[in-house]
Amino acid sequence: MTSAHDGAHTPGSPGGRTAAGATPQGDPGPVPPARTVEDVDRTPSSLHDLEDAVHQLEHDAEHRPPPAGTTTNLVVAGLVVALGAAALVGSLSLGAGSAGNPGSGTWPMILSLAIVVLGLALAASARGTSDTERFSRSSWLVLAGLGTMVVFVAVIEVIGFEIPAALLAFVWLRFLGGEGWRTSVITSIGVVVAFYLIFVAALSVPIPHLF
Amino acid sequence: MDLAPVLNGFTVVLEPTNLLYCLIGVVVGMLVGVLPGLGPAATIAILLPITIGLEPVTSVIMLAGIFYGAQYGGTITSVLLKLPGEASSVVTVFDGHALARQGKAGTALGIAAIGSFIGGTISIVALSFLAPVVASFALDFGPPEYTALALLGILLVATVSSGSRLKAIVAACIGLLLATVGRDAFTGGERFTFGNLNLADGLDFVPIAMGLFGLGEILYNLEERHTSVQAPAKVANVWPSRRDLRQSSGAIGRGSVLGFVLGILPGGGATLSSLAAYAVEKKRSKTPERFGKGAVEGVAGPETANNAAATSSFIPLLTLGIPANATMAVIFGALLIAGVPPGPRLVTDEPELFWGVVNSMYIGNILLLIMSIPLVGLFVKILRVRPAILAPITVLITLIGVYTVNNSTFDILLVIVFGVLGYLMKKVGFDPGPLLLAFVLGTLLEDSLRRSLLIFDGDALGFFGRPISGTLLVAFLLVAFLPLIGKALPRRRPAEHPSDTKELV
Repeated sequence: MTSAHDGAHTPGSPGGRTAAGATPQGDPGPVPPARTVEDVDRTPSSLHDLEDAVHQLEHDAEHRPPPAGTTTNLVVAGLVVALGAAALVGSLSLGAGSAGNPGSGTWPMILSLAIVVLGLALAASARGTSDTERFSRSSWLVLAGLGTMVVFVAVIEVIGFEIPAALLAFVWLRFLGGEGWRTSVITSIGVVVAFYLIFVAALSVPIPHLF
Repeated sequence: MDLAPVLNGFTVVLEPTNLLYCLIGVVVGMLVGVLPGLGPAATIAILLPITIGLEPVTSVIMLAGIFYGAQYGGTITSVLLKLPGEASSVVTVFDGHALARQGKAGTALGIAAIGSFIGGTISIVALSFLAPVVASFALDFGPPEYTALALLGILLVATVSSGSRLKAIVAACIGLLLATVGRDAFTGGERFTFGNLNLADGLDFVPIAMGLFGLGEILYNLEERHTSVQAPAKVANVWPSRRDLRQSSGAIGRGSVLGFVLGILPGGGATLSSLAAYAVEKKRSKTPERFGKGAVEGVAGPETANNAAATSSFIPLLTLGIPANATMAVIFGALLIAGVPPGPRLVTDEPELFWGVVNSMYIGNILLLIMSIPLVGLFVKILRVRPAILAPITVLITLIGVYTVNNSTFDILLVIVFGVLGYLMKKVGFDPGPLLLAFVLGTLLEDSLRRSLLIFDGDALGFFGRPISGTLLVAFLLVAFLPLIGKALPRRRPAEHPSDTKELV
């Protein structure tokens, strides 16, 4: 979900404030206390208030994890700087060129420098940043989901798409989505059959398949 | 204005295939609007592989339908469940849901549908007149103008994107950097390919868009704790009363104009215009205390504006080749894949495509009005589909879909990598939108910058010697550095806020 927002002055959407009803897990200091739904209903008047209220609302609806601490922000800023630095080395090896005769590396070099500077600015403002989200226990779900996709791409050339696709659907339904065993088994088989009929039987897409 | 190509456009739309894809587009758009989770940008990204076998005009008609259809659909969940299905329908919640609690859900949905229809239609008419003018103006643009325009466009999108502005600009720079991967158009030398043959021709747009927007969004949603969705309120009598209509007619008029204007600006678009329309209505109202407690104008204004903006945001894309927001960046990609580079020549060189797409929006809006008023009950039922069931289906569509583009497993791998990147970016507060937009414009920007520097003999001040590029660059510098100067001034005061609002609008 993207939404218009002037993030320079207010915390951004993910984890801006603690969702009403979520348990604040040791929030870093200056975060305001949880707002309630009534606060939103107070109806904002200026565009600025309105944006705040909108973020609050999106937040309430989505139950996101709480914001992360300064360390995470510093790590993120550090990664940005490192990326910029690596790209800078790469661009210089391509030849920096000059303004009158720009070379292969000129434009990437300008960009890398910009990334390094912006990364340093991020590091400087790490303390006041609250739009970074904490990695919580539910982040393991993401890793598990990722795992199923990696398995999918690793074996598709060998055994076709049917088995890994059914496996992926089953894991997502049963373990990531919390559906019942029966729903999960039936849906994952149904999905694979439907995909087979659409992609292989009807459209004859050359996707590797077993049958 | 020459009417022949405009009328010709209608013949294009009325071809059965195009009508069918227009219908598919608006139905899909309506569905993604209703279902919380995936936005229109993500959906369009995921459906990119489908468009590859299609005629360019057909595919853009469908993708455009998804985009403006989502503006209609997002209203339904905002009103009935207080869950905005779409970022641009968030403000609708304030009054729309209040109306629903008073048993007037039908009124809110009806007014929103009528407002959206009127806003959309006014916007299409205005687009039909304005777009050719802008395009003919832009025909004389040379490399310096394009350099300045692309820079300003990317910066504006980054400025109004969600989350921190600094982070959005970092994301944009990374997008520009990714665009440099592959063969250098000037020297033919390889850049950042690490000897990988798959990267020699540069990174493909489709896996990046599908990964960043599609998979990234799905992975990000995995972490949401799903509360049980309450049963939506019964919807009776969708036709608003005469009194409601009279009350909201002003709001619909103002919303159309506001939406059209804000939609054209890079970074504007549907979300910003719905916010601005709500603020305007509340400010103008003689009884502002009714807002938030079920004021019809509070639904009519933003819903009209977001649809008008969705339509007018096609203007910069189709006339200048500069996408105004993330969704337009994906459609830009679709046009490139179809072999039709968007730009000022599109109106004259590809009149059938241009007018076909524009005129299809009339049909699409009529279809949407039909779906949102008599058939609204059907879409309310769809709310019962659980996100947990949709997620694996979407993942599989993405993984298999991206494979079908080039029949390459490397593309599946790429989509997963960018899915992880999209997830991590959202997690730590970077909006992936500016990255994709910058990636799309990266080649154009670098090419025109290098050409300009050659023209100016290395003198960067040459940009300021040409009126258009000079003006655009001054605007770029103002947008980039004014906030910095504001920050350098002593401690923040509450008085700072009005300037914020100005910067936004």
